[in-house]
Amino acid sequence: MTSHVDGNALAGSLSEIFRTDMTTAVCCCGGCGDTTTIATEMVYGTDALAHGSIVRCRSCDDVLITLVDTPERTVVRFPGITTLTVDRETPPA
Amino acid sequence: MTDWKVGTVTDTRTETPTGRSITISVDGWPGNLAGQHLDLRLTAPDGYQAVRSYSIASVGDGSTVELAVDRFPTGEVSPYLVDDVLPGDQLEVKGPLGRWFVWTPEDTRPIQLVAGGSGIVPLIAMARAHAMSGSTTAFRLLYSVRTPEDRFFADELASLESETFHVDYVYTRSTPADWPTPPRRVTRDVIEALTISAADAPGVFVCGPTGFVEAVARALVELGHDPQSVKTERFGG
Ligand SMILES: Cc1cc2nc3c(=O)[nH]c(=O)nc-3n(C[C@H](O)[C@H](O)[C@H](O)COP(=O)(O)OP(=O)(O)OC[C@H]3O[C@@H](n4cnc5c(N)ncnc54)[C@H](O)[C@@H]3O)c2cc1C
Ligand SMILES: [Zn+2]
Repeated sequence: MTSHVDGNALAGSLSEIFRTDMTTAVCCCGGCGDTTTIATEMVYGTDALAHGSIVRCRSCDDVLITLVDTPERTVVRFPGITTLTVDRETPPA
Repeated sequence: MTDWKVGTVTDTRTETPTGRSITISVDGWPGNLAGQHLDLRLTAPDGYQAVRSYSIASVGDGSTVELAVDRFPTGEVSPYLVDDVLPGDQLEVKGPLGRWFVWTPEDTRPIQLVAGGSGIVPLIAMARAHAMSGSTTAFRLLYSVRTPEDRFFADELASLESETFHVDYVYTRSTPADWPTPPRRVTRDVIEALTISAADAPGVFVCGPTGFVEAVARALVELGHDPQSVKTERFGG
């Protein structure tokens, strides 16, 4: 059994898509409106290469992000986020 | 975008009965902040790949990174890192990663660190950064381990003790001889007795197995800490 982790664990996978560190990015949950950094959201499955990862809202459990990596491509979906705020000041990680 | 880089293992050191530290020299490594991690990728001869995250114990400039890994006996990656990797072996790494769970010397709040098991790794990087920078802010570490033998970086933590850095150990399975308390868990009472009080408005960093981190974070908030000033990193388990 693999327990969940948190958004810190997705820093590497998300850096494949975004040009900046995403653990400090703030997302607003479409389900409950909770607004917090990705680092504090719950992550299920961290080996995106093997099984894919799911990010769930820390307060209502709605699915915020799904991420699947294959050697050829990364597929990321944002089913539950209404707003994603990324600080322009954050230098590339 | 952060690319995969090839690192060469330069040193390994047994730290505990189930864990060791691994030093890797990585061409083009840009240095890292205290608290950051890297992703490590292993590729089997048939092309099968596994990726895991590992916190970085070292801090600052330079192209060498130190990791410390605890073995999950049934795990895919950690037994290889703890039992099999040898100096000269190559490992693929990506990083440094994460800018949320970090401490920098510009942060002048008192700092409470709380580690469970291998959760010490990003926190010793913070303790090292604190010592290296000459920061005069108060640092305190509460370190929960099963037994005295399970302490990572025990000698170094002892040598870091100073007027501005103090370590408290909690043993959950067996204690050193003459230890004042029997084995116990990091409960709310233990946290209240052995950490910087909420009244002093410290920044708090909590790291370790998921269950440990969540129990500690809950207790800290019950004790009056501002949830915004309690940063957590879950290792799983
Ligand atoms: C941001 C981040 C930083 C991390 N930093 C570190 C670090 O510095 N040092 C470190 O050692 N680890 C660290 N980890 C954990 C690490 O990424 C791996 O999860 C760990 O090494 C296990 O990987 P594995 O491939 O050996 O096990 P896997 O093949 O992934 O399977 C292990 C999983 O199965 C379960 N499991 C297997 N065996 C046991 C057992 N005996 N007892 C209980 N559960 C078991 C656990 O849930 C565990 O997650 C970090 C994780 C994250 C997300
Ligand atoms: Zn929500």
